[in-house]
Amino acid sequence: MSAIVSLSNVVKSYTRGKQTVEVLHHLSIEIAQGDFVALMGPSGSGKTTLLNLIGGLDRPSSGEVKVAGERIDQLSSGQLAKWRARHVGFVFQFYNLMPMLSAERNVELPLLLTSLSSAQRKKNVQAALTVVGLAERAKHKPAELSGGQAQRVAIARALVADPTLLVCDEPTGDLDRSTADEILHLLQVLNKDHGKTIVMVTHDPKAAEYASHQLHLDKGQLVEGDVKAAA
Amino acid sequence: MKYFPLLWAALWRKKARTIFTLLSITVAFLLFGMLQGVNAGFNQTVEKANVNRLVTTSSISLTESLPYGDMSQIEALPGVARVAHASWFGPYYQDPKNLVFSFPVEPDRYFAIYPELVLPKEQLEAFMQTRTGAVIGADLARQYGWKIGDRVPLHSTIWTKPDRTSDWTFDVVGIYQDPSDRAQENAFFFNYKYFDEGRSFGKGTVGWYIVQVKDPSQSAQVAAAVDKLFANSPDETKTETEKEFQQAFLKQIGDINMIVTYILFAVFFALLFATGSTMMQSVRERVPELAVLKTLGFSDTAMLTLVLCESLSLCLLAAALGLLAAWAIFPTLKDMLGVVELPMPVIAEGVAVAALLAFVTGIIPAWRAKRLDIVEALRG
Repeated sequence: MSAIVSLSNVVKSYTRGKQTVEVLHHLSIEIAQGDFVALMGPSGSGKTTLLNLIGGLDRPSSGEVKVAGERIDQLSSGQLAKWRARHVGFVFQFYNLMPMLSAERNVELPLLLTSLSSAQRKKNVQAALTVVGLAERAKHKPAELSGGQAQRVAIARALVADPTLLVCDEPTGDLDRSTADEILHLLQVLNKDHGKTIVMVTHDPKAAEYASHQLHLDKGQLVEGDVKAAA
Repeated sequence: MKYFPLLWAALWRKKARTIFTLLSITVAFLLFGMLQGVNAGFNQTVEKANVNRLVTTSSISLTESLPYGDMSQIEALPGVARVAHASWFGPYYQDPKNLVFSFPVEPDRYFAIYPELVLPKEQLEAFMQTRTGAVIGADLARQYGWKIGDRVPLHSTIWTKPDRTSDWTFDVVGIYQDPSDRAQENAFFFNYKYFDEGRSFGKGTVGWYIVQVKDPSQSAQVAAAVDKLFANSPDETKTETEKEFQQAFLKQIGDINMIVTYILFAVFFALLFATGSTMMQSVRERVPELAVLKTLGFSDTAMLTLVLCESLSLCLLAAALGLLAAWAIFPTLKDMLGVVELPMPVIAEGVAVAALLAFVTGIIPAWRAKRLDIVEALRG
């Protein structure tokens, strides 16, 4: 399968005061289309930084980041915003839903950036909520939902614009085991049945088992020989 | 329009804070509407002044009377078409707070010089022939339910009769209208003869003269000629155009324009801080949410626009409420202000001020939202 994500010799460093900290060191990775990859590693290993680069939230200090055939490291801030809207769905650890908006309004947010009509947006929102099994909670606000339900709404929001790639940062980090398993199963379904490419950062080895591949990072580098197919 | 639910939700995120901010802006715009309305109303009256008419008063003060005999001398001057006179009667009806704008006049002269006051011919005839007759504005008639044939008692705060009473009784014989300015339909005119014969002092004098010129371009020359006529006499005069006269009359109250400007400047200066702080706080609290919107693909410009629109919604909504309240209250102050309704330009000006307020208070938080670094913001 062709690579949908390709990082070549990527370096990412941050300047904190007078100090420059290199978080990722000459990293090269390829992720195939339709893959479900778990990014693992200890705290400070650069997992989230790598995820931010893949999701177009940040730019590398040097090196190339190519996603869906486009050199996103060369895009301007405005172009990158458009690119994210078109190609990436994000799922966060703490759901990051708008507290004042109902579930359906939250899911609709990415569609506001498209030219779809109101009726079409409604239809797509319903479809996304149905995929995550929350169609009947469409009118509820985040505070009226359980953690698992809120994360499902967040997944529906990530899916609704039919992105090329789903980027998940510790999606089960705030959930109990059984709810986490439900969410991970849902991600697996999205990957297997709907063909979504998923890159997921997790600390949890059990969560990583749901992925088809695992990548281990340590001190900003890929740990050699740690890339393996899921069981 | 599709962003409206997002804007609205953001606005009401902290209900109490939004309500208090909304109320303070509403009150400010109520004040704006009332003060600017009064100002505009007065200016409107001045602007509507007739260019054909001059007003001659005593050079000492508007309250000093002029001899009735001056009229024929003014009338004889070249360039003068006709002359009328009026005096301030200063009465109230039943209660001192029911002030009535009342003037003793010579009916034929007065209504000839003010053709904008529309009075049926037979009513003018009746006015001229009835010693105690009075002609009242349609609005005044509506206010007190007066109609032709009614006998109306007024109590003058200035003019006493020989029996030391100040109560004067009038018979309403006509009701005039002023289609060009409904605000002028609140006056009460009565016969000068009845007034002059009945008063215990000041007989044979009038308050001021109204001089109609044949050619408005000659107004300055005619005004100078009138004043020259009475120079070095015991009753020197000051003649000016109707517009100048009205401006001078309003200046007696104070420089309304300046007072209004200062008050509003102070109010809006304070409001800038209150609204600005609300907007800043609102954006500061929502940094993670704004970062999520950016993550989803909202551009920097979209973020700037969203926050500015939020500020605009708040200010415009509050301004609309404040101006609406001013518009509703304004007619009830007509007796005091003499202006019937809140002028449209004031409403338009209010909307423009609200938009400016929204921009000034919204631009800093909007800029902050625009420059928000997603990675930093999500990291918290």
